[in-house]
Amino acid sequence: MLLEITNLHARVDEKEILKGLNLSIRPGEVHAIMGPNGAGKSTLSNVIAGREGYEVTDGSIRFLGRDLLALDPEVRACEGIFLGFQYPVEIPGVSNMTLLKAAVNARRKHSGENEIAPNDFLTWVREQAKKVRIDPKMLSRGVNEGFSGGEKKRNEILQMLVLQPTLMILDETDSGLDIDALKIVSDGINALRGPARSTVLVTHYQRLLDYVQPDFVHVLARGRIVRSGGPELARELEEKGYGWLEAA
Amino acid sequence: MAASPDAAATQNLREVTEMVASRKLYSAGFITDIEADKVPPGLSEDVIRLISAKKDEPEWLLNFRLKAYRRWLTMTEPEWANVDYEKVDYQSISYYSQPKSMKDGPKSLDEVDPKLLETYKKLGIPLREQEMLAGVQNVAVDVVFDSVSVGTTFKKKLLEAGVVFCPLSEAVKTHPELVRKYLGSVVPFADNFFAALNTAVFTEGSFVYIPKGTRCPMELSTYFRINERNTGQFERTLIIADEGSHVSYLEGCTAPQRDENQLHAAVVELVALDDAEIKYSTVQNWYPGDEEGRGGIYNFVTKRGDCRGPRSKISWTQVETGSAITWKYPSCILRGDDSVGEFYSVALTNHRQQADTGTKMIHIGKRTKSTIVSKGIAAGRGQQSYRGLVRMLESAEGARNHTQCDSLLIGDRCGAHTFPYTEVRNPSATLEHEATTSKISEDQMFYCRARGIGEEEAVSMIVNGFCKDVFKELPMEFAVEAQKLLAVSLEGAVG
Repeated sequence: MLLEITNLHARVDEKEILKGLNLSIRPGEVHAIMGPNGAGKSTLSNVIAGREGYEVTDGSIRFLGRDLLALDPEVRACEGIFLGFQYPVEIPGVSNMTLLKAAVNARRKHSGENEIAPNDFLTWVREQAKKVRIDPKMLSRGVNEGFSGGEKKRNEILQMLVLQPTLMILDETDSGLDIDALKIVSDGINALRGPARSTVLVTHYQRLLDYVQPDFVHVLARGRIVRSGGPELARELEEKGYGWLEAA
Repeated sequence: MAASPDAAATQNLREVTEMVASRKLYSAGFITDIEADKVPPGLSEDVIRLISAKKDEPEWLLNFRLKAYRRWLTMTEPEWANVDYEKVDYQSISYYSQPKSMKDGPKSLDEVDPKLLETYKKLGIPLREQEMLAGVQNVAVDVVFDSVSVGTTFKKKLLEAGVVFCPLSEAVKTHPELVRKYLGSVVPFADNFFAALNTAVFTEGSFVYIPKGTRCPMELSTYFRINERNTGQFERTLIIADEGSHVSYLEGCTAPQRDENQLHAAVVELVALDDAEIKYSTVQNWYPGDEEGRGGIYNFVTKRGDCRGPRSKISWTQVETGSAITWKYPSCILRGDDSVGEFYSVALTNHRQQADTGTKMIHIGKRTKSTIVSKGIAAGRGQQSYRGLVRMLESAEGARNHTQCDSLLIGDRCGAHTFPYTEVRNPSATLEHEATTSKISEDQMFYCRARGIGEEEAVSMIVNGFCKDVFKELPMEFAVEAQKLLAVSLEGAVG
């Protein structure tokens, strides 16, 4: 199992959001987590990534057999977990390249490797940037500084392409994207699909799933997974909405 | 040289990371074991006469010192700055100290005490010309150790260009007419309490003269270091850029760790004649005191540039990470029409450090222009004040100023304050002032950590980004040093 979530309970500001969530993901699988607003989708993403303020009160998360909850967020990232943010932050004055290099080298250091050679790295990043149509000039601009909503999301995918994570969690990456941008982002995600790499797509809409075919679709409501199925479940949700499941 | 800015940035980030990782303490804090020839503590006319005699000074200079001293006796220490410290006992300081082996004065670097050279080696200064030439840098260095200058490199090459770069005491002998004409012409002897004190007792510093139409062939640099216990450092720097000339000058500082507070009261005077340009950069890392605020340097400095000629330009860039108390306002007097003044500053206070720093831009000439970019960073229980004056006189037709003043807070026990003063007496003058205060947000921190970057490195990276507009004004070698310094100074600021 790549990721194994068992009976996860988590709260934010004293309020319990996740109430006994179970989820198992094998290597190579793409799972879509869907659900109404306020169901706990973003909480799940943040808990896996280790954000402060999200308190796990019960249950466990194991990543490649290790107790994930015992690790700091940066260690989780170095172990291969990537969170694509719903709202990527701006870091004025720190170039995208600087952030990417720091991230890659932090990972290499973590696994006892030498730092990456600057020239190789630049070539590599430029190649990846081309895939998500990011102008090389944007690499020397501040992280997300003055980027449009679509550019920020494509930048997230660029970071993911560069970091080559084992588990990609994409939190509402499709929100606010026009159809062209959605296609670019989807191509980026698909490019990384492989037998050893798994994906969690957290989304509100079926739209993204037309481009990134999931193996499993889960409905998250009231803090737990209330239904799981194949891609057909997403289409059913698109037709019927979430109401019938929430009531159940 | 690094292959690209990105390559340099990685290299830099790596070094910064290593330093943060090793959590090394103030790295310049070693003490050189050298016998020193030191005047007993205390200040009097006799002491001033003694200093003057040791330096074999002419009568006019002694009189200049005595005049300043007599005025100083009537002055009181300023208290308007937003800093809180125990007042200095001026009678407990020794006003002159020189390593004993240098009593007769070194004739060349070969005669310098090897221990001194060892000290500079530890500081990473390549003093010998051979070493300089072997290295990548093309920088002439004048090194000041306590009260004396121990050697100026690259003298010959500079001389060929007609540039004079030597200890001020030497210039008094070799170029008396220039020193006499300009010394005290920008910062008058009674300008303020600390400037008057400096004028009375200044012991060393550098003198630079760039002749007409000359572009100085290399960066000039002075390195100051306080070594002896219970001494003050009172250096005095005078830079004159003659018509159409250009010079870039770097100043680095360091002082070993000591429990008591040491005083540093320097005066720097810059004169830019018609079409001349002076770029003056400082990286200051005097010992800041320990985490509880014990010890550290009192840095009470008067720096002023006079854009005397039309179209002249003076640019101050400072990175201030050291000192327990900083009181410093590098200023520009924009006298010549169309002259330009710039002030770019990064000041960081961590632990118990306090800084009250900023600038003064005095617009006198027509269409004079000034730019102020100040980045203040406060961490720990550090206190940070920006104090800036923009004055536009009646004559300053069409003058312009732009001020950008940003503060960054790390943690919730530090403070940032802004004291902008403006006086505009010409209606055609324009003034823009922008100020922001921000904190490193949890969102920014988590974003970096979710990419695998540890907390200290993330803080250091975000702070460096915040300071980018200032760092890009620094010469390359200095920019790298400045970023490293910032990382070291921020240790223990998170978590």
